Amino acid sequence: MIKSSLKFAACLVATFFAAQASAEDYPSKVITLVVPFAAGGPSDTVARLTAQSMGTILKTQIIVENVGGAGGTLGAARVAQAKPDGYTLLVHHIGHATAPALYRKLAYDPIGDFEPVGLVNDGAMALIARKDFPAKDLKEMIAYAKANKEKMNVANAGVGSASHLCGMLLMSALNTEFVTVPYKGTGPAMNDLLGGQVDFMCDQTTNNASQIKAGKVKAYGMTTAKRVAAFPDIPTLSEAGLPNFTVTVWHAMYAPKGTPQPIVDKLSKALQEALKDATLKQRFADLGSEPVSQERATPQALRAHLKAEIDKWGPIIKKAGVFAD
Amino acid sequence: MELIANLGLGLSTAMTPLNLLYCLAGVFLGTLIGVLPGLGPTATIAMLLPVTFSLPPVSSLIMLAGIYYGSQYGGSTTSILVNVPGEAASVVTALDGYQMARKGRAGVALATAAIGSFFAGTVATVVLALFAPPLAEIALKFGPAEFFSLMVLGLLASLVLARGSLLHATGMVVLGLLLGLVGADITTGTQRFTFGMARLSDGIGFVVVAMGMFGLAEIVRNLEDEDDRSLIVKKVSNLMPTKEDWKRMVAPILRGTAIGSVLGILPGSGSILGSFAAYAIEKKVSKHSAEFGSGAIEGVAAPESANNAGAQTSFIPMLTLGIPSNPVMALMIGAMIIQGIQPGPSVISEQPALFWGIIVSMWIGNLFLVVLNLPLVGMWVRMVSVPYQFLFPAILVFCGIGVFSLNNTEFDVFVMAIFGVVGYIFVKLDCEPAPMLLAFILGPMMEEYLRRALLLSRGDPMILIQRPISAVMLGLGVLAIVVASLPMFYKKREEAFQGD
Repeated sequence: MIKSSLKFAACLVATFFAAQASAEDYPSKVITLVVPFAAGGPSDTVARLTAQSMGTILKTQIIVENVGGAGGTLGAARVAQAKPDGYTLLVHHIGHATAPALYRKLAYDPIGDFEPVGLVNDGAMALIARKDFPAKDLKEMIAYAKANKEKMNVANAGVGSASHLCGMLLMSALNTEFVTVPYKGTGPAMNDLLGGQVDFMCDQTTNNASQIKAGKVKAYGMTTAKRVAAFPDIPTLSEAGLPNFTVTVWHAMYAPKGTPQPIVDKLSKALQEALKDATLKQRFADLGSEPVSQERATPQALRAHLKAEIDKWGPIIKKAGVFAD
Repeated sequence: MELIANLGLGLSTAMTPLNLLYCLAGVFLGTLIGVLPGLGPTATIAMLLPVTFSLPPVSSLIMLAGIYYGSQYGGSTTSILVNVPGEAASVVTALDGYQMARKGRAGVALATAAIGSFFAGTVATVVLALFAPPLAEIALKFGPAEFFSLMVLGLLASLVLARGSLLHATGMVVLGLLLGLVGADITTGTQRFTFGMARLSDGIGFVVVAMGMFGLAEIVRNLEDEDDRSLIVKKVSNLMPTKEDWKRMVAPILRGTAIGSVLGILPGSGSILGSFAAYAIEKKVSKHSAEFGSGAIEGVAAPESANNAGAQTSFIPMLTLGIPSNPVMALMIGAMIIQGIQPGPSVISEQPALFWGIIVSMWIGNLFLVVLNLPLVGMWVRMVSVPYQFLFPAILVFCGIGVFSLNNTEFDVFVMAIFGVVGYIFVKLDCEPAPMLLAFILGPMMEEYLRRALLLSRGDPMILIQRPISAVMLGLGVLAIVVASLPMFYKKREEAFQGD
């Protein structure tokens, strides 16, 4: 009896010291960063650039693990259930905020099951059309699309994708409906846009920057509040005729609920530091995106932003009657 | 001439000692993961992405490309030796390759695969160098209607893959189509046959099914058959092809290369469809069609050539348009972005050294592969003489690791196990898995393209015959049915099955 209680006490002490050590010496081993999408995609690229930079700052290796499927909800669910020790993190995009509206049976709570670490970037989206689309600016484009609305085809990368959200927002802003043609991802959608099979699409500049630059598609505007540095000649949709039409594909980092506060703070500091990195900034800029400001790469800013985005998208998705499950 | 100047630039880029080294490293690694069942190029390239950050862009892309086509090269090895296709495209190679191995001709089959791959790789590289930009433009003409009709043609051809009864084959095709329906409906997001499991919402993975149906089922079947097991070891005859073999493989390699090159350019299905189509066509035109399914050398030469040609030409849409035609190309695009290169139409003009360097490195890589692989044939063949109590568990472990690495989830390993049992039952029922697998790949794509075509035509099915390319393909499909229903053909089919 005495022996076993001694053992128990020893365990307790050991656990205590281990917990203590984990907060102070963190990180003492490799960190796994879950990206809930396939390797090679835009979110994967953002996550990998961030992971590399943060790894240098934290003096540890951050391994990106792609857990794709079901619109990012499988990867997010894995992190929600992971041990909250700071060694399993998540980088997710705007889909984290739209999941509660899109999925009736979501295995986790996007707010309650995570500790926000900070926002990573704001990705611009561009409204692009096939090369021979008969309109020279946004106003003409809207007029033409409305006049020929029976014939218009809007492509997107699948139910719940960023391009789907932007398309819904566009139809809601124009107060009209076009035929929506879903694809499995942006690649095939872009293929058909280049081939002139569909008329237009609104998607992340990460996916279409090179096509815009090469003149293979027409760009009518950016979804950001300010013009995108990589495309100084392309107006924002707001200035070109769709006031207040802003939607960005933002990425953010999360830890599982219950991760000790000192670890979250350490991660958040490392994230802020990483976002100042010149190479990272340059790569993000190439993608038509930029890292968020220092004060937004914080748990507080992310918590508020996530809440605001959930409140913004919920009604739009509900009104469109779209579900992903 | 501009082409020569370009190739010169490519040569000077690819021939630097550093790039040669990375090319060799890439193809070596590719061969290795191709040989290991289940470990595919996608998982490997994803794992190696961080390593490439520190390399110059050209070197890293040369290495990643090498991993991809190297794995297509190596994928045939386990198909032939132990009937475990490591890649989707090697499924057809297993049909005749494994039969050749059972007859003691494993060495010849492996050598044929290597020679066919080298020739196809060389030709496809030339195609890439000469015609990449115009070909990419032509591929864009393929809209949803054209793709749908191409898939229909492919599906009809899949019946030719069957060795046994036509009824069994049709049944397996239907089963494959049904399995392909599992997952979220792409247009509405409605869940079909997922039984509330989120893991199934993206459908069942092809590699998972293929490894279960072929690999695991084959192991189980082998275990119950004591005599069968010693067969291969006893009768290993010559390693290299005989004069007769050479004569028989030339035409299939040429045809396979042509088919693979063309289909490889099309996004999505390219290299998989290529090997299936090459096999089906070869079975139709070959003088030895009676031997197909029981170890015809043509049945290895054609799909392996098509497979490797397609692997090279699938770089065309990626390099010229910045559009990924498969998950590996998506990863290459990711690697380029991380390196600060914007993939897209401007790569050729802005990064000529990169573009031409990669192309020339592909040919060099193919040369490395043939030099690397031919001497290894003897070693691989000895692999099957490893006692089965060691070999089988090893294959199982590698299958498990490979399947796990696809999505980093144990769920896939369980699904593979289930399909292992299912596959064994089908072996017992004399039902061939190959037609099912092709239907399983093509079914969801057919549905996707048909619905998209109908969305674009506002529900008018006439779009399928109003578009010329689509009409031609449907016409060929009808022709295939007519030919198949001719009594003469039936007689030939029956003759063919006498050989089993």
